[in-house]
Amino acid sequence: MIEYQNVSKFYGDLAAVDGISLDIPDGEFFGLLGPNGAGKTTIIRMTTALTAVSSGAILIDGEPINRDLSKTKQRFGVVPQYTNLEAEISARQNLDYHGRLYGMDTSLRKSKIDELLEFAELSDRADDKASSYSSGMRRRLMIIKALMHSPDVLFLDEPTVGLDATARRNIWDLLRNMNSQGLTIFLTTHYLEEAQALCSRVGLIDKGKMVQLDSPSALIASHGNYILEYFKDGEMVYQFFNAREEAVKASEWLNASFQVREANLEDVFVALTNRRIAES
Amino acid sequence: MTFKAVIWKDWIVFLNKIASNTISAVVGPTLYLLAFGWGIGGQVSVAGQSYVSFVIPGIVAMNSMSVSFGIIASSLNISRLYDKTFEAEMMSPITPVAYTMAKVAVGIGRGIYCATLIIAVSLLFDRSLVLSPYFLLVLALNCAVFSIIGFIVGLLIKSHGDMAKVSNFVITPMSFLCGTLFPLDRFPVLLRALFEFLPLSMAVTGLRQGAAGPNSWVVPAVLAAWCLVLFPVAVNVCKKAE
Ligand SMILES: Nc1ncnc2c1ncn2[C@@H]1O[C@H](COP(=O)(O)OP(=O)(O)O)[C@@H](O)[C@H]1O
Ligand SMILES: [Mg+2]
Repeated sequence: MIEYQNVSKFYGDLAAVDGISLDIPDGEFFGLLGPNGAGKTTIIRMTTALTAVSSGAILIDGEPINRDLSKTKQRFGVVPQYTNLEAEISARQNLDYHGRLYGMDTSLRKSKIDELLEFAELSDRADDKASSYSSGMRRRLMIIKALMHSPDVLFLDEPTVGLDATARRNIWDLLRNMNSQGLTIFLTTHYLEEAQALCSRVGLIDKGKMVQLDSPSALIASHGNYILEYFKDGEMVYQFFNAREEAVKASEWLNASFQVREANLEDVFVALTNRRIAES
Repeated sequence: MTFKAVIWKDWIVFLNKIASNTISAVVGPTLYLLAFGWGIGGQVSVAGQSYVSFVIPGIVAMNSMSVSFGIIASSLNISRLYDKTFEAEMMSPITPVAYTMAKVAVGIGRGIYCATLIIAVSLLFDRSLVLSPYFLLVLALNCAVFSIIGFIVGLLIKSHGDMAKVSNFVITPMSFLCGTLFPLDRFPVLLRALFEFLPLSMAVTGLRQGAAGPNSWVVPAVLAAWCLVLFPVAVNVCKKAE
């Protein structure tokens, strides 16, 4: 269980994270959805002992996180937004180093490394330096590195940025599968499809504040499941409706072109913040 | 053990570049030995011995200092600011105490490796150096002090450019002012008192005089005291560094 009690993080005058309160129970697939600069990475960095909270507290099973909490750190796996691989050693050695840091014995390390390299389709490049890898290969290596020590909680900071559709689907399948086996997952993303497809609960975050928190379907239903979209005075207007028929009925009064479609998390975000997730 | 993991990784990185590591470690000191050994060494004597015999322990101390300091400071700095591997290590179960100890051990190992190479080269010029357990102890403590300082500097400075400044303003002056190339008693009394207890001065005195020198226990004691004072500072920096 991860508890956020009124957590803030200040960089000078900037509140990168501004009074977040949230509980993440074991086994949940949780997502933070928000535009660039919303504070997602900062929340993950605070949770994983990389940076201190400015005020409030983050408790992991009741204890505030810090770098001396070996047992808690042992249970975490982290895929950060940017690569943190040892560039001068091979992929296999990167995994080996990780396994050693997490106290895995030699035979377990060996079998796990082979299994994961196979899974990530990196076996034939396993002994090349990580610095020679393409960005997609690095991303895959980062993900299997985080899984190397079989964590209980997996943090993924925008894990599918820059990946093609197939690679993204593969990662989604992997994460769903692991979550169903009991792994707690905390994911950040600015892809609404990703949050909608994967997460049992989504926090919409903007400028450091949590603007709403619920399951994707409840977030959408609280505003309306259908959107009527049309141009008025040179601007796009989005109107929520609970049922398709209501939206169609409302459209009869319009003399501009319009569209009726299902609402998504982007619409909810725009309704709450007047900003889009993708554009910023 | 997490401590051993860090040592293992540094060992692998070291082995990957063993040729360049070895060559770069001997070039500088060999030039010093050429200049002071063949260049002026023959004609000059200092403190009752030939200048070559006098200067070799100074060069050993000076180089092990800059190697231990430089390797730890720059590798940490790169892993913190560029590779971000420092973050990976801090998220892992290793504690700041174990991590600091491991990096200091790496610094001692690398410092002693270079010192060994320098001593080997120095045998071409002069054979009077007395190697003893005491010599090794002082050498290791010297490397430890400067590894700890390198650790703190590597984790605190904000850019790789600042590394050069720290070297210019701290390490290079110490190289010259700590009795390495000329005896401390050439300084006015006040300055001498100021420099005498600096770790490098202590190490030079210890390496030069050996266990038989007057009050020889003072040297390891003072170096150990430096370690004891600086180590907790390093651990504290490690707990917070980003
Ligand atoms: N180390 C830092 N120093 C100063 N400002 C920072 C630092 N890290 C993040 N910020 C600022 O905090 C805000 C949130 O950043 P971040 O958590 O990276 O957002 P996200 O991951 O949602 O894109 C941004 O405005 C960012 O510029
Ligand atoms: Mg981010």
